[in-house]
Amino acid sequence: MTRTRSVRKIALVGASVASVLAIAACGSGNSNSSSSGASSGGANWTQTGPITYVQGKDTSGKVQSWLDIWNKAHPDQKVTLIELSDQADQQRASMIQNAQNKGASGYDVLSVDVVWTAEFAANGVIQPLPTDMKTDGYLPAAVDSATYFNKLYAFPSTSDGALLYYRTDLLKAANISSPPTTWDQLKSDCTKIKAMPGNSKMICYGGQFQKYEGLTCNIAEWINSAGGQFLTPDGKPDVNSTAAMKGVDTLASWFKDGTIDQKELTWTEEPSRTAFESGQLIFLRNWPYVYTLAQTDATSKVKGKFAVAPIPGLTGPGVSTLGGHNMGVSTYAKNLGTVKAFIEWWNNEEQQKAHTIATSNAPTLTSLYTDPQLTKQFPYLTTLYDSIKNAKPRPKAVRYGDVTSAIQDATYSVISGSADATTAFNSLQNTLTTLTQS
Amino acid sequence: MSAATVTVNENVQGGLTRAELEELQRPRHKGRETVGMVAGIVGMALIVLYCIIPFYWMTISAFRLPSDGMSTAFWPSPASIENFKGAFQPKNNFTRALLNSVIVASITTALTLLFGIIAAYALARLRFRMKGLVLAIIIGCSMFPGITLLIPLLKLFTGYYSWFPNWMNTYQAMIVPDLSFGLPLAVWNLTAFFKQLPVELEQAAMVDGCTPGVAFRKVILPLAAPGVFTTAIITFIAVWNEYMIALTFGVKPTMKTATVALSQFTGTTNFDTPFGSIMAAGVIVTVPLLVVVLLFQRRIVGGLTAGGVK
Amino acid sequence: MLSDGQGTLAAMLISPTLIVIFLVVGIPIAMTIRDSFYTKSNKVDPTTGLLSNKEHFVGLQNFTNALTSQLGTVPGEWGNLPRLVNAFLNNMYFTVVCVVIETVLGVAMALIMSKAFRGRGIVRAAILVPWAIPTIVSAKMWWLIFQASGVANRILGHTYLWLGDSASSQAAVIIADTWKTAPFIGLLTLAGLQTIPAEVYEAAKVDGANAWQTFVRITLPMVKPSLVVAVLFRTLDTMRMFDLPYGMIGPHKYYVETLSMFAYDEANNLRYGPAAAYSILLFLLIVIVAFLFIKLLGAELITDDEVLALRAQRKRQKAMHKRAKAMPTITSGESAV
Repeated sequence: MTRTRSVRKIALVGASVASVLAIAACGSGNSNSSSSGASSGGANWTQTGPITYVQGKDTSGKVQSWLDIWNKAHPDQKVTLIELSDQADQQRASMIQNAQNKGASGYDVLSVDVVWTAEFAANGVIQPLPTDMKTDGYLPAAVDSATYFNKLYAFPSTSDGALLYYRTDLLKAANISSPPTTWDQLKSDCTKIKAMPGNSKMICYGGQFQKYEGLTCNIAEWINSAGGQFLTPDGKPDVNSTAAMKGVDTLASWFKDGTIDQKELTWTEEPSRTAFESGQLIFLRNWPYVYTLAQTDATSKVKGKFAVAPIPGLTGPGVSTLGGHNMGVSTYAKNLGTVKAFIEWWNNEEQQKAHTIATSNAPTLTSLYTDPQLTKQFPYLTTLYDSIKNAKPRPKAVRYGDVTSAIQDATYSVISGSADATTAFNSLQNTLTTLTQS
Repeated sequence: MSAATVTVNENVQGGLTRAELEELQRPRHKGRETVGMVAGIVGMALIVLYCIIPFYWMTISAFRLPSDGMSTAFWPSPASIENFKGAFQPKNNFTRALLNSVIVASITTALTLLFGIIAAYALARLRFRMKGLVLAIIIGCSMFPGITLLIPLLKLFTGYYSWFPNWMNTYQAMIVPDLSFGLPLAVWNLTAFFKQLPVELEQAAMVDGCTPGVAFRKVILPLAAPGVFTTAIITFIAVWNEYMIALTFGVKPTMKTATVALSQFTGTTNFDTPFGSIMAAGVIVTVPLLVVVLLFQRRIVGGLTAGGVK
Repeated sequence: MLSDGQGTLAAMLISPTLIVIFLVVGIPIAMTIRDSFYTKSNKVDPTTGLLSNKEHFVGLQNFTNALTSQLGTVPGEWGNLPRLVNAFLNNMYFTVVCVVIETVLGVAMALIMSKAFRGRGIVRAAILVPWAIPTIVSAKMWWLIFQASGVANRILGHTYLWLGDSASSQAAVIIADTWKTAPFIGLLTLAGLQTIPAEVYEAAKVDGANAWQTFVRITLPMVKPSLVVAVLFRTLDTMRMFDLPYGMIGPHKYYVETLSMFAYDEANNLRYGPAAAYSILLFLLIVIVAFLFIKLLGAELITDDEVLALRAQRKRQKAMHKRAKAMPTITSGESAV
């Protein structure tokens, strides 16, 4: 039984670079362990030749045209696009299967969701990048999300962070000069606005509280914004600390007192966006994609009546959850010289700017957040940078699927009122603690 | 029913005259008859509404404007075919998905008929030992939970074993598992049809010097054509509607079947859920089936009941 | 029968089908059984953070772990239970509730249709609509209807959270499943009803039976064979339910998670061993239920006259042997059909 217990344990790995350093230092007795990154596996990062680039379905329709630019300049190192499913789960499964069948699917460069890094690295789906690939100038949080056991396993490519959408017209009418930066302010602003005639049926705050990955993103923000954390710097779960519980309790109380409507228990990004656009919401937490849609949708009733701010926290601006994709390299990739050059080219300033313009995905190069052309096209970019520069990745776990399910289970039972916050999060703490002991 | 009862009573109760009897029974029966008829019509109307209303909702939701996706109006205003255009946007690969569905369903149906017809003929006509066992195996397969097959096949088709090729995103990876439920279904239906054909015809043919093979080809098969046709429709629909296998083995955008593709439509962003396009795709996937089913409803009902009812 | 000694021909005709079944069902089952005794190591190397990923034999532990609280519990309708037990209870709950409602509705529909003078064609056409719609399409259809601000809540005048993870989600699954399949039971029952000769009802009427008595004493027993088969098929279908809760409510919803969904999720997380074990349990469950149906309710799936005759003959032979061991000639004479 004991063996099975350990076999089935979820391996949780430290969330920060610091913790990973500590673990690695203990293991190797050498604090300069990062230097071993390049030599591990004995990969040859000079061989050139044709390669493939694997990502989810290209909704922008532009990826091929960018590859054409590269292919024209490198006729003997052509990059072929392989499009996978548009479903994250299926993308992940295809990439893992490529590793299981020893690269038979022919995947070389993989577009890796930030939460897959640990699982992919531990399962040998992707390999460490050579140490001469520098990440200076890229978002530290994005770099952190691509790092596992102190080795960079993927190159930051796109990013995402949460924004607080608020109704400028309503705030103005209620004589509120600036958007709220704390939860208490948000609630009192909302009370003021609802007290005005015709607003009594409005919902204060919209978020994504359906039981799915978005719930993990949301609860992570509540916990991090209250000064709590999922894992301590040395990798131990810390979900029932006083600070973390402050965040969870606030969220639970908002559900109880109607600041958040009960029906939000079934909301994902889209229902919350639709509700905001139809004028039901005063404040909405969502990703940047909402901005353009709410300004341009024919049915949007909030055109020109909203703005964005960083999400609020307990005592000041909150901490956003980090999203986005990084570029990993398959363990079975052959032409690693081309792979390296291609990844570097793909993420240079010019390319990232082109990607941002076409896909409106947030860049990982910090310099682009002040680019005049981009800030003109995406007025939210400056605010997003404030949000993203402090953003935190979700816990890095080899069995991330199990960890995120456990987090969703606990959170959902609290906000749906079937368990009290203390019981649920003590139990989550226990679950995660037993799981990390293996 | 009650009309027939009147006649019977008349005959039994010979002591009364016809007129007397009518006089006695008319008010009560007429009332009851009317009530019965009204109840029948109301009941039938309820059944029709029960079956149609959800489908009606899907259809009108498909004909709304894409931005009215969540509207709860009982009539689309304004009506629009934008959602249908949306479903066929190149990025949804829906045309390709429909083609994939047609290919998978056609090949599976053809294969099941090929194997099923000869097996069903033997089961319906020939005497042999272990027939009970063979029938039990076939019926057992049709009760099988698909997930039990799916897990080892997933391992097999993804190249887990070096002796087996990587079959992910191929038609055969969907067709082969589909046979597991298509073939028993076809054999079962066809056996029932073959049994309904009079055995004398073949005997006559054989007396005329035909071998059993020729008798089967020249006599039985033409007669069984309606049954084969019905079986083909039922099998085709079963495969066309299949989801779990297609979901697992066709993950590339160009290898999804229509049912999988529509369940995974995305809009302008990855978060976008285009309700309208999904409903439009649902209508597109369903309507051809409905047309075929309604055209051949008698035969299909016959085919469906043949499996379960004597 | 055409002639005797057709064994060789029959073998030739049937073996292709049996071979296909062996390949697409037999081999996968064997592999599933093998996999259910194996599992992969999850141990992370403390220095490199890499997994070993080697399969090893664990005996019955994939089963026993999932049945105890070894892997933690999940909150569902039935309290905090191991996920496997929760999925099992959901399966049983859905099966019982859905099949009972479907049967009652289906029989009611069949009775109405059998009484109908006109318009039966329209009703039959309408009844085929739910049957022909792909389950995943009906899942998406109901998903739209059951949105928090959707039409179901508008009609009911209350915001039920059908698509969350709650008892309402179970109700949503039951409603959608019943909608799709009750007409099917109605169709099969109607076919059974139509085989009852009108004289039987007339005789009952003469004997003064009221409508309820007629229904219970005549209609039900007469449609029982077809009804029991229809209910058996529906029961087994509901037990392996996947598309509907998966497409409408989504994965990881413990109020609606069925054994198929749980096993699928485990396989997706690359835990093939446990996934295989759970799918084997579902398989065994289905076998047991089918067996009970056949033994207790007398569901006659195999209606082949010859097989039935042989079976009856075997029974008679046994009885004969018991009764009169001294007279073997009778039994041998009997076997000539």
